[in-house]
Amino acid sequence: MFKRLPDLAAFHPDARALAVTIDGKPFAARAGDTVAATLFAAGLADCRTTPVLGSARGPFCMMGVCFDCLVVIDGQPNQQGCMIPVGEGMRIQRQQGARAVAAAAGPADGMTPEAQP
Amino acid sequence: MTLASRYDILVIGAGPAGLAAAAESVAMGLRVALVDEQGAPGGQIYRAITTTPVQQRDVLGADYWYGEKLVAAFERSGAGYSPRTTVWAVTREADEFQIGLSCDGGAQLIRARQVILATGAQERPFPIPGWTLPGVMTAGAAQILLKSAGLVPGGTTVLAGSGPLLYLIAAQFTAAGARVECLLDTTPAGRWRDVLRHAPDFVASPYAAKGWSMLRAAQRMMRIVKGVEQISAIGAGKLDGVRFTTGGHTQDIPADLLLLHQGVVPGINLSNAIGCAHHWDAAQACFTPTVDDWGATSIPGITIAGDAAGIAGARSAEARGTLAALHAASALGHLRTAQRDAQAVAPRRELERWNRGRKFVDALYLPAPEFRIPTGDTIVCRCEEVTARQVTETVALGCTGPNQMKSFLRCGMGPCQGRLCGLTITELIAKERGVSPAETGYYRLRFPVKPITLGELAALPQTDSSVDAVVRIKR
Repeated sequence: MFKRLPDLAAFHPDARALAVTIDGKPFAARAGDTVAATLFAAGLADCRTTPVLGSARGPFCMMGVCFDCLVVIDGQPNQQGCMIPVGEGMRIQRQQGARAVAAAAGPADGMTPEAQP
Repeated sequence: MTLASRYDILVIGAGPAGLAAAAESVAMGLRVALVDEQGAPGGQIYRAITTTPVQQRDVLGADYWYGEKLVAAFERSGAGYSPRTTVWAVTREADEFQIGLSCDGGAQLIRARQVILATGAQERPFPIPGWTLPGVMTAGAAQILLKSAGLVPGGTTVLAGSGPLLYLIAAQFTAAGARVECLLDTTPAGRWRDVLRHAPDFVASPYAAKGWSMLRAAQRMMRIVKGVEQISAIGAGKLDGVRFTTGGHTQDIPADLLLLHQGVVPGINLSNAIGCAHHWDAAQACFTPTVDDWGATSIPGITIAGDAAGIAGARSAEARGTLAALHAASALGHLRTAQRDAQAVAPRRELERWNRGRKFVDALYLPAPEFRIPTGDTIVCRCEEVTARQVTETVALGCTGPNQMKSFLRCGMGPCQGRLCGLTITELIAKERGVSPAETGYYRLRFPVKPITLGELAALPQTDSSVDAVVRIKR
């Protein structure tokens, strides 16, 4: 649905690739992109299913307003993909339904660092 | 950056209004900080102007690159600046305001004597059947992908809606070499006749020539269907096509990307939660903070600049940012009234120039009721997946307003906090009850206006009063 403009690399010194994974699969992301832009660049229109009815959703507003781009980043659920810059080594997962309650999921999957024992 | 604990003026939002307000305030010798959600200044209109990979300047156009001047002036000013920072609360503490911020996962409280909200606009909700499908997004979202990432539509793309931004985006995609299959224009047929009385002002405005050339460019480059009366996004799990009706005739076209736009409305979540007075603006069909001609709200110390105080565009926002700064400086006793008024002459002249023709644009592009007030199974609240039928059935049970509707249906209570359904819910209830949107009212919003983790809140330093508020057994 989206494609990168040709010859961008020639213009921008920051246009190097970052090694990330999307649902476990490796992907070369562009430095400077947000996580949501990275998903579009990878050809993915959907990024989660809703907690209420389980319907598929994708990023909608790209400016932090709609909260439809929620994804799991490095194990942390409910992250706004359109507001977070993609980083080297980032593990991006599409989010299925409601996030797990931290205590049930274990500390690696959702608790904030300061809340951990 | 690390912010200080106190400022004379805190400016929220780094679009044209916020950049101008911050630069002007520093020039008057005040201690100023600007906080913004994005990683770089510019707001949405000049989004990514310092970082965009799109360096071929005619793609985004001269009006975009104008923002470089504004950002440069802000950067030269030396105002404090904290990017990637979300404001989740603004409360009065004695003769100051306490502002709750969140940056990189850490919360912080700072204080300021004056607060200027320059929180801008968001796209008006466009509730049509299927608008939650992946592959359907706002036209502004696609423009952000172009500006910030150099991504353009690459498949079968349909633009739909009305308003100048829709044609600007069509022109930018075309300049970037991207193909738009079809533009479905929902401007009601015959609207031209109703708005002719405002036309002379528009023709005399700086926007007229640009508007005309955008229309001509779009007509050359893509199929344009005028007078579209209904639109549905079709697909299961993702967008497969678009169904539209014009002149009573319905047809389907394949599409993998549908970009919706019917104008922008003020982002009022913060001003509403602070408690500023708002009113229904019938010309723009939205709630707008009630401000005077400096941007001062009903709450002393809270001033609003730019589109957040009523839609008027980037150049007006810049002038309103300067005026808000002059007002705040005067309220701080830093500027005499006569000095303030003298310094306001130039920005007021700019404001008048750029507001000319606004009535024409508002009247021509006010979205038709059928694209604002949905029916049947169309989703109204995207977060809680509440349909128009559920809302109308609940009105029939006796529910009279948006806040009561929350208790029945949870609409407006998901993570977007009503940003994508508030206006629709108000207009839907008003229509069902046969009363005005003004009488129906809007959601009462509360802090935090953006989600924040309990961990972040708990990590904030405790004061004696905050401890006393929860500790029942005295030490």
